[in-house]
Amino acid sequence: MTRPEAIAIGCSTGGFNALRVLLGGLAPDLPQTVLVCSHTGGSVALLCELLARHCALPVIEALERWPARGGTVQVAPGGYHLLLESDRRFALSVDRQVCFSRPSIDVMFGSVAEVYLAGAIGVILTGASRDGADGLAQIRARGGIAVVQTPVSADAAAMPQAALDTAGADHCLPLDLIAPLLNRLCLP
Amino acid sequence: MIPTPPNDLELEQIELDLFVQALRRRHGHDFSQYAPASLTRRVRQLVHDHRCVSISALTARLLHEADFVTQVVQGLSVPVSEMFRDPAVFRALREQVLPMLASYPQINIWQAGCAHGQEAYSLAILLEEAGLYERSHIFATDFNPEALQRAREGIYPARDAQLWSRNYLEAGGSQSLANYYSARYDYLKLHERLARNITFTSHNLVSDEVFCEAHLVLCRNVLIYFSNPLQNRTLTLFRDSLVRGGYLCLGLRETLEFAPVAADFSVLDAGRRLYRRYARGVAEGAA
Ligand SMILES: C[S@@+](CC[C@H](N)C(=O)[O-])C[C@H]1O[C@@H](n2cnc3c(N)ncnc32)[C@H](O)[C@@H]1O
Repeated sequence: MTRPEAIAIGCSTGGFNALRVLLGGLAPDLPQTVLVCSHTGGSVALLCELLARHCALPVIEALERWPARGGTVQVAPGGYHLLLESDRRFALSVDRQVCFSRPSIDVMFGSVAEVYLAGAIGVILTGASRDGADGLAQIRARGGIAVVQTPVSADAAAMPQAALDTAGADHCLPLDLIAPLLNRLCLP
Repeated sequence: MIPTPPNDLELEQIELDLFVQALRRRHGHDFSQYAPASLTRRVRQLVHDHRCVSISALTARLLHEADFVTQVVQGLSVPVSEMFRDPAVFRALREQVLPMLASYPQINIWQAGCAHGQEAYSLAILLEEAGLYERSHIFATDFNPEALQRAREGIYPARDAQLWSRNYLEAGGSQSLANYYSARYDYLKLHERLARNITFTSHNLVSDEVFCEAHLVLCRNVLIYFSNPLQNRTLTLFRDSLVRGGYLCLGLRETLEFAPVAADFSVLDAGRRLYRRYARGVAEGAA
């Protein structure tokens, strides 16, 4: 089995609290690249700062042209789609919104699927849109692992529900069990 | 270790290379130095929009259908923009840059990658409100002829007005954006007066040279689509267009760390991506 190399997380409405719980539960020595696409609005710099207080890993905004870092949470900047080049450097785009969103989870997940292949884990948390469902399907189709928060445990059920309907999931769990699962899947 | 790509992606890569080659050899448009991730997305979108079965099918149409290239360029350009996008930047231009430009008898601004003209008109409004517009000229350029035509018309969907008005006020606007346009049904038309000192003209950052002496170059969210060497080439073009001490304004999330020519600029406001061309040695210009 391929060892995971990257964890891509998507969330929308209610996302801040969900991210706080999830990132707060990640092991401090997690070597993977962690990517976050959140439609929570507002300043991403502030979001990173607030999340960093709850997370043992550094939380920073993803910077274009710089390589994606392991052991670090990197958040898509507001107003831009976040992509990865095949050499795993970040790229940004202001192309049209996807699912009424930019950054769009579908765009980021699609790129993660093609770059990390079976080494990708996609996680869909709470949200009120259907963004991320197609991207999660792409991650699965390339052999990656799909994790979805149980819709009943989500502030907004639509996004995890759409992900389940479209992509299905390898793991469907309440929020507080997702970080422990990721640690199990990811730590050597 | 980066795994070898699966067959479908490898095949697509070959098709993409051939497409780019066809576009360059047949039509003179060179996309070979665009950053691959975004370019791939756009080409896939073209395949989808034109109901082609593959990139190769798109390439075939590009080679054999006379006018198809126009649509391809349109699809690869994606002229998405806003008036006063990132209001804090326009506020900084208003408060930090325009007062400095005021000391030049004639102010030339090059706005590269102008899309449908939103930023060029935003600049015109800033200059108008600063009392500088009469002695200013804005050269707004893009390589997409259709976008340039739209820019000249200055007509936009009325639904954009709300966001743009908010942007304008956040950028320090003292009036109402509505003073600058007339609303017609579902459209708004910017007053023609605003265009009086703007020249919308074709310029390709990949293949064309320096074309004016500028006191300010504004090029936002274009370089994000360029690979490192093309980003550096373009910044060199901007450096050579700028008078010493001239200003450069880039997109809010653009990084310069991989462009050697960045050493020729000093940082005026890092957060808003405002730079100045170093006035090495000779003290020239207003700096
Ligand atoms: C995303 S838009 C940015 C619009 C505006 N500057 C903004 O930030 O809101 C990018 C624009 O750059 C133009 N562009 C892309 N490549 C170009 C090139 N090689 N030469 C000139 N313009 C180019 C596109 O046609 C498009 O209109």
